[in-house]
Amino acid sequence: MILGLELTTVWFILIAVLWIGYFTLEGFDFGVGMLLPVLARDETERRVLINTVGPVWDGNEVWVLVAGGATFAAFPEWYATLFSGFYLPLLLILVALIVRNLAFEYRHKGDTAQWRARWDAALILGSFVPALLWGVAFANIVRGVPIDADKEFTGTLFTLLNPFGLLGGVVTLLLFLTHGAMFVALKTDGEIRHRARALAVRLGIAAAAAAVVFLTWTQVITGSAGSSIAFMLAAAALVAGIGAAARGREGWAFLGTFVTIALAVAGLFLALFPDVMPSTTDPAFSLTTTNAAATDYTLTVMTWVAVAFTPIVLGYQTWTYWIFRKRISTRHIPTDELAGAR
Amino acid sequence: MEVVDIARWQFGIITVYHFLFVPLTIGLTLIIAIFETAWLRTGRPEYLRLTKFFGKLFLINFALGLVTGIVQEFQFGMNWSDYSRFVGDVFGAPLAIEGLLAFFLESTFLGLWIFGWDKLPRALHAACMWIVHVGVLFSSWFILAANSWMQHPVGYTYNAENGRAELVDFWAVMVNKVQLVTFPHVVLAAYMTAGAFVIGISAWLYVHHRHGAADRTSTDPGVVETARTDRAMYRTAIRLGAVFMVVGGIGVAVSGDIQGKIMTEVQPMKMAAAEGLYETHESCAPFSILTVGTPDGREEKFALTVPCLLSYLGTGSFDGEVQGIDELRETYREEYGQDPGAAYYTPGEYVPNIPVTYWSFRFMMGLGAAGAVGGLVVLWLTRRRNDGATLPHWVGPVGIALPLALVAANSFGWIFTEMGRQPWVVFGLMTTERGVSPGVSVTEALISVIVLTVLYAVLAVVEVGLLAKFVKAGPEPFTEPPDPGSPDHDRDAPLTFAY
Repeated sequence: MILGLELTTVWFILIAVLWIGYFTLEGFDFGVGMLLPVLARDETERRVLINTVGPVWDGNEVWVLVAGGATFAAFPEWYATLFSGFYLPLLLILVALIVRNLAFEYRHKGDTAQWRARWDAALILGSFVPALLWGVAFANIVRGVPIDADKEFTGTLFTLLNPFGLLGGVVTLLLFLTHGAMFVALKTDGEIRHRARALAVRLGIAAAAAAVVFLTWTQVITGSAGSSIAFMLAAAALVAGIGAAARGREGWAFLGTFVTIALAVAGLFLALFPDVMPSTTDPAFSLTTTNAAATDYTLTVMTWVAVAFTPIVLGYQTWTYWIFRKRISTRHIPTDELAGAR
Repeated sequence: MEVVDIARWQFGIITVYHFLFVPLTIGLTLIIAIFETAWLRTGRPEYLRLTKFFGKLFLINFALGLVTGIVQEFQFGMNWSDYSRFVGDVFGAPLAIEGLLAFFLESTFLGLWIFGWDKLPRALHAACMWIVHVGVLFSSWFILAANSWMQHPVGYTYNAENGRAELVDFWAVMVNKVQLVTFPHVVLAAYMTAGAFVIGISAWLYVHHRHGAADRTSTDPGVVETARTDRAMYRTAIRLGAVFMVVGGIGVAVSGDIQGKIMTEVQPMKMAAAEGLYETHESCAPFSILTVGTPDGREEKFALTVPCLLSYLGTGSFDGEVQGIDELRETYREEYGQDPGAAYYTPGEYVPNIPVTYWSFRFMMGLGAAGAVGGLVVLWLTRRRNDGATLPHWVGPVGIALPLALVAANSFGWIFTEMGRQPWVVFGLMTTERGVSPGVSVTEALISVIVLTVLYAVLAVVEVGLLAKFVKAGPEPFTEPPDPGSPDHDRDAPLTFAY
């Protein structure tokens, strides 16, 4: 027990925090990747866009690795059922992340336009696929999937492609696009900045429409009092963020989508609790924070490690964002083609 | 074909592939940190040129190590869900801690290092690479602790009620005796590999560097001088690489020797399999250097052996007893055949694939030793500070072969240690076939292994192409980097490095 909470609850919260960290951070770099062909007009502008996330995308992505590792350690049954059950979507996400990450590292190391165009395609598609599929996956986790008495997922790929799941995917896609546009507006200067801000408002309205439908639907099937509050606050933050963007307040606008994503994910986890993977076959087969959890001993060890090191991690990640706080514009892009390779 | 076979092939392919990049990452972070610190301390331009040159090669290599690492973390749950359920309580903790302690550190500070030339004071910039190296060591520690637990499970109890292994002593897992000797073995092998890489690339450039064609005929004092400085720089790099190779090599040999003794104690079948030793030798067991015989090693047509050496390797005494496969099979049958304890293994033969273990063990040691000899030869050839000297042309190919031999030696080491544990996935507790995901279909598993293998093959071509391109280009000429610590640093200048 910590602060009156069972350790299993503490770890449910910590895993929610890890996913919130992942979606709020990698969310915008997925958005930047997808917006490459929309916001950039030439090679220099493309490089401006890519360099807004250059120093941070890798650190952002670690959040999902730690979320995966923490789920493995704290809720082995959840990890086993989820990862073996959502097999093909996860494989697609893995392939997408691989080509996308290499696009960041290898794109500028070639000399031909064709080389860069191919890596651009990898970056765009590699950002699009996970932005969509993470939403599909989370919607299905919250809604419930067929799980048998042995805690095995008994559905197929098509079980996951239901209207609710697909809508979840559209919502994360639109939210990450908006979040990415807000980030570009905040981090660049010149024409791109204005283009990004205008686009962020339009994308934001579309994202808000889709999110309201999806979150209301979620609230109806499986919501709790806590999730309803989180969802309403998320909607309010999104409206505020769009408003701030429209008035040219880019910092507040980005904070708006950041909080929106954080609260929406928090709401999904609140709707999920105390299940971690509800079964549609029979509620008795559902995986819960108790029957999927590791032992108290393991959770205690992990809690000490998390308490000791999470503040340090948050400290240096925040510091990185501070170091790279300056806006980037076309004049910062070295003209020497080889500079990128140096 | 069953899911377990496909899943094993996938694990083998993607793990061996991942580990092609890991040793270089471990060793090069330290070497680059040393180069950059040397530049700060001495101000000599060649150290900065080497920092940037090897930094560039390192990043090309690191990118692939990183992305293939993501697959590693996911595939336990995807292909091995029953394994994950069984061991999650013990095995998941080091994995999660690795993420929190190591992955964040590596990724964040590497981002700072790559893009920080215009932002960070110089000393802090160099510190970033040191921190990355610390992160890499944390990472190695925790993942090897997890693997060592699979070789020699400690600090757990078996809970028959839920059929899981449960952690009771985290510290015991951290200081598992297999872990304590595996960690130095793997890390020092990585230092050795990175040393070989630096020696090999520098030796190749010494012979072929871009002024190489010009300087032999040119009398232009500028060209001659540049060629001379470059050679001096390559020689510096070769000598640092040599330190890594020699220190790493000695450490690998010593830790490997201790490992052999611990292995004989905790996994005697693996030692017997390494030698293809069927009969127990009560004393003076011979060490086989190579054998030509039937595929399972039952009958020898030709064998080259060193008398009594295996007894020494396994027990520390030339008179020590080394048990053979036949006797061990009986022992294992008695120990594990009667009471399976749980549904996690089926009584069977308990004998690994002998040709694979026998030959991977030999390739590991042989290639490692050959690499060490190659490194020493290059060191001997460059022993004199004689910057005008040319090296014989065969040094070029030797330079290329050096890191390849070491990387392959690392791979064979892992193939040996993992295949030698079979049929167990967790020694004595769970067999590999019981760990596979029951819900995954053959089609899904096939799609996965085919997609990943094809993708990895394409990426290997891209990576080799990029490495070749940047090696051929050689280190850039020296340019003074910005000094963000100084008051007149121009914060609006174009970035030193941009994607």
